[in-house]
Amino acid sequence: MKFKTKALLTAGLMTVASLSATVAQAVNLTMYYPVAVGGPVTKVIDDMVQKFQQENPDIKVEAVYAGNYTDTMTKAMTAMKGGQPPQLSVLFSTDLFTLMDEKAIVPIDEIPGADKDWLNSFYPAFMENGRVEGKTWSVPFQRSTIVLYYNKDAFKEAGLDPEKPPATWAEMVEMSKKLVKKDASGNVTRWGVEIPSTGYGYWMLQALAIQNGQKLMNEAGNQVSFNAPKTVEALQYWVDLAAKEGVMPKGAVEWGTLRTDFLEGKTAMMWHTTGNLTAVKEGARFDFGVAMLPAMERRGSPTGGGNFYVFKSASPEQQQAAVKFIRWMTAPERAAEWSIKTGYVAVTPAAYETDVMKNYVKDFPQAVVARDQLEHAVAELSVHDNGRIYKIVNDAVQAAVTGTQTPQEALDNAQKQSERVLSRYK
Amino acid sequence: MVSAVMSAAEPRAVRRKAWLTNVNAWLLLLPAVVLLTAFTHYPILATLYHSFFSLSRGGASEFVGLENYTYMLEDHVFWQVLRNNIVFAIATVPTSIALALLMAVWVDKKMTGRSFLRLAFFTPTVLPMIAVANIWLFFYTPNYGLLDQFLKSLGFAGHNWLGDPSTVMSCLAVMVVWKEAGFFMIFYLAALQTIPPELKEAAQVEGASRWYFFRRVTLPLLMPTTLFISINALINSFKLVDQLVIMTKGGPNNASSLLLYYIYEVAFTFQDTAFAATLTVTLITILAAVALTKFVYLDRRIHYQ
Repeated sequence: MKFKTKALLTAGLMTVASLSATVAQAVNLTMYYPVAVGGPVTKVIDDMVQKFQQENPDIKVEAVYAGNYTDTMTKAMTAMKGGQPPQLSVLFSTDLFTLMDEKAIVPIDEIPGADKDWLNSFYPAFMENGRVEGKTWSVPFQRSTIVLYYNKDAFKEAGLDPEKPPATWAEMVEMSKKLVKKDASGNVTRWGVEIPSTGYGYWMLQALAIQNGQKLMNEAGNQVSFNAPKTVEALQYWVDLAAKEGVMPKGAVEWGTLRTDFLEGKTAMMWHTTGNLTAVKEGARFDFGVAMLPAMERRGSPTGGGNFYVFKSASPEQQQAAVKFIRWMTAPERAAEWSIKTGYVAVTPAAYETDVMKNYVKDFPQAVVARDQLEHAVAELSVHDNGRIYKIVNDAVQAAVTGTQTPQEALDNAQKQSERVLSRYK
Repeated sequence: MVSAVMSAAEPRAVRRKAWLTNVNAWLLLLPAVVLLTAFTHYPILATLYHSFFSLSRGGASEFVGLENYTYMLEDHVFWQVLRNNIVFAIATVPTSIALALLMAVWVDKKMTGRSFLRLAFFTPTVLPMIAVANIWLFFYTPNYGLLDQFLKSLGFAGHNWLGDPSTVMSCLAVMVVWKEAGFFMIFYLAALQTIPPELKEAAQVEGASRWYFFRRVTLPLLMPTTLFISINALINSFKLVDQLVIMTKGGPNNASSLLLYYIYEVAFTFQDTAFAATLTVTLITILAAVALTKFVYLDRRIHYQ
């Protein structure tokens, strides 16, 4: 009996000792990340993490795929409230105010290892959403703009120049009308253009509003202009594509299945994130082009996508390890690789100077459209209580595109509700 | 002398035995009591408590009385999801019960292929809701979904079934009825088999028609089962929201959102736990009212064998 106790005790002590030894050896990091586009993205991330660990045996990264952006935010927040937050995460660049209000994150520029030169090496347009109160809170990773994908074969068939995508709103309507195809009984077999209205409806509305010359929010993130006349006009144009011009299907257009619609030739053009570019390239059995979004008063698209955040509850060692990991993931070669494998915009100009990227772009010039659009890009809609505001705008967009409410009614409603939510932050 | 000792010892022994029985009973109840208290009663009370406090985003929460409740009454999304839920219940509960009864009566007969039919009817119940939702999502997909392909082959135009607020609720209701009816059928089937065959023979001797027998004998005898099923179906119509996560996310414009899904959104997407607690209290009140109606009112009006 005595012997047994002793043996157990020794065994226990040894386990503790070996555990603490591994702790001393490696810093463990957990990272949540979302996937919002097609293609084997989880595998790409796993491979990158694997490589990083080989080069840095003292850091262990567990990358957890957590659903779409909203799901990932939900999981990170729930884990945090349950006392088990991840040490870093890829989340919407626009979740910043919410994360700040929850006191969940630390500014990246206050962590040793994150110097000014590095933070200034990114495209400034991608840094906009991450800089508040003079601090840099996040680092761009899977960033995008919205681009117009168009089916060149369909363009030829409709007698349009396949090298001339629509450059203005009016042109898009005009061309779409020519691209619509109907069968003998009058049912549409190919639509002119589709703009997705589920999931990220606010994003598409913002793109239209920017093009119409309207900003949707202020910099402090506590004021929105959803029912400004120009925003209403923007939504009206969108709604009219289906209701008046008959070039887009009526009702909500599903974000998730739109890529399939385009690949199946059910629509000749679609607005979608550049993050889907590689998936479209792999799946298209026809010649397709990528263009900047058409202009009304100006060209424009909100930036979009996810940034790296480091959580406050991580230990100083973990925070430093996280920065090391983030630097590795966003280094030019990796940013280039990531961009090639997904279609997301590589986050630094240096990435486009790498050989691998230069070669890729030579054969596939569509890959730089989203980057070139950056000069017209505006920071994505980002305010306090962001999840709620997104839901309010998405509801308004859906109410309008399904014809339940007029754009004016829907946006008046959204404005009223948003003001009620944001009044807490003034 | 002996008898006196006996009589003195007897009550003590009886008392001791009674005490032991009591302890035994409580010990048997203990696991259930602990689990129910920890995971049902305490959370309900905690939820009620939190619904009277403001949201604490990293700061301290303060007592706000009924403010969350007034906010709820002014929240038009709340009213919409409540309305949706009632419509959803009215659409799914009677239909799935009627269908379950029909199927049960059918497969209760002696005929070839009976077990196969029973299995076929029961299969949807075995599938997880997530899988079912994904299958039906494909049915309803515009253009290349099964439903649209079928309609197109008949020369009709396709329709954006889940993207249209006027059709989305019916689409979900059809799916849920398909999924639920088989489960309820099993209860009816069991109940049908407990009805004594003498009744049928007696009715035949008396010359009652089959429909008359079904209406005046079978149906009343099935009433306890019907009650049980209807309560379950009603509660399920408030409880089942898995399909929304896969198929519509409550959209378009909340047209298919249900109360429980809205609670999930408020609690986890908006991180507004105070308001979520308020909504939860409302949901619990509704479900408690349903259960109370069963126990207090309906039970007395139903004939148990």
